[in-house]
Amino acid sequence: MPGKRRQSVAIQAVLLLALVALAWMLVEHTAIHMRERGIQTGFGFLLEPAGFAIGESLFAFDSGDSYFWALLVGLANSLRVALPAIMLSTVLGTLIGLGRLSPNFLLRRLCAGYVESLRNVPLLLQLLAWYFVVTDWLPATAEAIELMPHVFLSKSGLTLPWFGDGGVFFELPMRGEMSISGGAALTPEFIALLLGLSLYTAAYIAETVRAGIQSIPRGQTEAALALGMTRMSVFRLILVPQALRSIIPPLTNSHLSLTKNASLAVAIGYPDLVSVANTTLNQTGRAVECIALIMIVYLILSALTAAISFWFERRSGRWTQTP
Amino acid sequence: MRPPISARQWLRQNLFSDPFSALTTLALVAAVAYVMPGVVQWMLLNAVFSADPAACQALEHSGACWGVIVEKYRFILFGRYPYAEQWRPLLATALLLSLIIASTLRLPRPLLVVGWAGVLPVFFLLMGGGHLGLSSIGTDQWGGFPLTLLLTTGGMLLALPMAILVALGRHQHRLPLVRALCAIYVELVRGVPLISVLFLASFLFPILLPQGFSIDVLLRVQVGIVLFAAAYLSETFRGGLQSVSRGQQEAAAALGLGDWQSMRWIILPQAIRAVIPSIMNSAVSIFKDTSLVTIVSLYELTGALSLALAGDAEWRMFYLEGYLFIGAIYWAGCYAMSRYSRQLENRLGVG
Repeated sequence: MPGKRRQSVAIQAVLLLALVALAWMLVEHTAIHMRERGIQTGFGFLLEPAGFAIGESLFAFDSGDSYFWALLVGLANSLRVALPAIMLSTVLGTLIGLGRLSPNFLLRRLCAGYVESLRNVPLLLQLLAWYFVVTDWLPATAEAIELMPHVFLSKSGLTLPWFGDGGVFFELPMRGEMSISGGAALTPEFIALLLGLSLYTAAYIAETVRAGIQSIPRGQTEAALALGMTRMSVFRLILVPQALRSIIPPLTNSHLSLTKNASLAVAIGYPDLVSVANTTLNQTGRAVECIALIMIVYLILSALTAAISFWFERRSGRWTQTP
Repeated sequence: MRPPISARQWLRQNLFSDPFSALTTLALVAAVAYVMPGVVQWMLLNAVFSADPAACQALEHSGACWGVIVEKYRFILFGRYPYAEQWRPLLATALLLSLIIASTLRLPRPLLVVGWAGVLPVFFLLMGGGHLGLSSIGTDQWGGFPLTLLLTTGGMLLALPMAILVALGRHQHRLPLVRALCAIYVELVRGVPLISVLFLASFLFPILLPQGFSIDVLLRVQVGIVLFAAAYLSETFRGGLQSVSRGQQEAAAALGLGDWQSMRWIILPQAIRAVIPSIMNSAVSIFKDTSLVTIVSLYELTGALSLALAGDAEWRMFYLEGYLFIGAIYWAGCYAMSRYSRQLENRLGVG
């Protein structure tokens, strides 16, 4: 149908023109308004000294360092909380998802209760509540709870044995008169964020795992049992390999939304990428640049996750093809 | 129908079917018995139920101080809305909520259309005032539950049509440019956190306008939520469109229906029907996500709680009780919606 084809080319040409005009107008007007308000543009400010301190960071940072370095520290902090939270939530979610399929009534109900209560309350609220409990309910540093030998929990966070400043010696935290010295300290912000993200996401992962295993027809389990396989080997050799194929895509999605949800750190003052960008925005007024940076970084993270998940799906596709 | 079983048999099958299960049961019962007394004691036995700050502070966390809710519930539920006028948000919320509940019953459609067309203007009239002798209350003073409800309902009502359009844009093959633009929009929004979209709405939208002009912050945030929700919803609709078998399209074409007609009368109705339960799940997400607007200084339920307690030294230490209170409200809303979604799944035979 050449008539229809010409028509659709014409429609798209008009649309393209309109879009270009609209974009040009927006950029032009925004530039004018920003000049009127005395807002400067450009990414040059990234090299200027930040002038604010960051509560915790993987690598050294002081207020004389540049905004660029500050944002990098923020990104490292985002990943520092997201990666352990991904691992924790996956383990916990898998256990709870399996628990929901257990023949034991009590375990099934408790796991269902966990999923129903955590999924139905906003994550932000859970984070705020965790943060409040950690900072308000735990004892002061001087009366820290010793969870295990040399592991202390108090208002000021969790202190663990870790490599000392030199990076060579393994240090055991010791209780002092007023403080705890040595080892590594996890801040209350970090703990609240890690707990909140892991527990919330675990509820979603549990549902994914349950659905994945339930998607396999019962007949397969029955057939395998009839062949004389034990329940454990049915699970390991029949259910898991097949369920993984339907579990992996939504699981990657949960991991990705956990990483994005880590940006709620801004509400409890953990210096992640969004918090640092928010501080930078308030100090410099560079809204366009800061928001663009946040979005670009998250888009890259999303694209990377999508690529890994695509690669994994192709690989697991190949598994099923080989006899 | 399974034959009825005795309690003994039930216990045997569900709690003590094998040694491992029996062990699990015992361990869980022990754990519950260990935790529950403390919880009950904190929640009920030791709790203070009157708005008495001295009695609450004397508890030192040994019991809950529900008095903080008694003292602050109006602030938590309605935010900074002027105290004497709070019957207005109460009435507006009651109207909107009953309309939403009525919409889940199988009432005649014209009645519901009239209901929505009537209640929404009344909601804004009650909240905003300025007519009929009601004093004018700016949106900066709206807060609490009515704001949560408004952002959720508004987000759904506006995002749904937009999402359908975007899904149709990605589904068709005649206009590759439209298809690409829709795909870029959806992937961009789904790749970034909601908080960055809200930052965009609150910091960037104003710069687009000349100095002196400003859009209401509530409207900006609502636009941000709609843009965000529509991207996710459009993926739901796209899934629905793909689930309609090709034969339907071919049969429609064979009957002489054009592209547009077959989409409107054959494909879209089936696609929408297939995804109604998923749409309800999106509604649950939006409802929870509205809590994020506190970060850009709109005081919905979560923000109103912080506002109510942060500045009050007498009550500041009882945040947890406040979080539990609004948590229960969110929970009830989400639970009702997901129950309704499951009910729809069964009724429509989809899911």
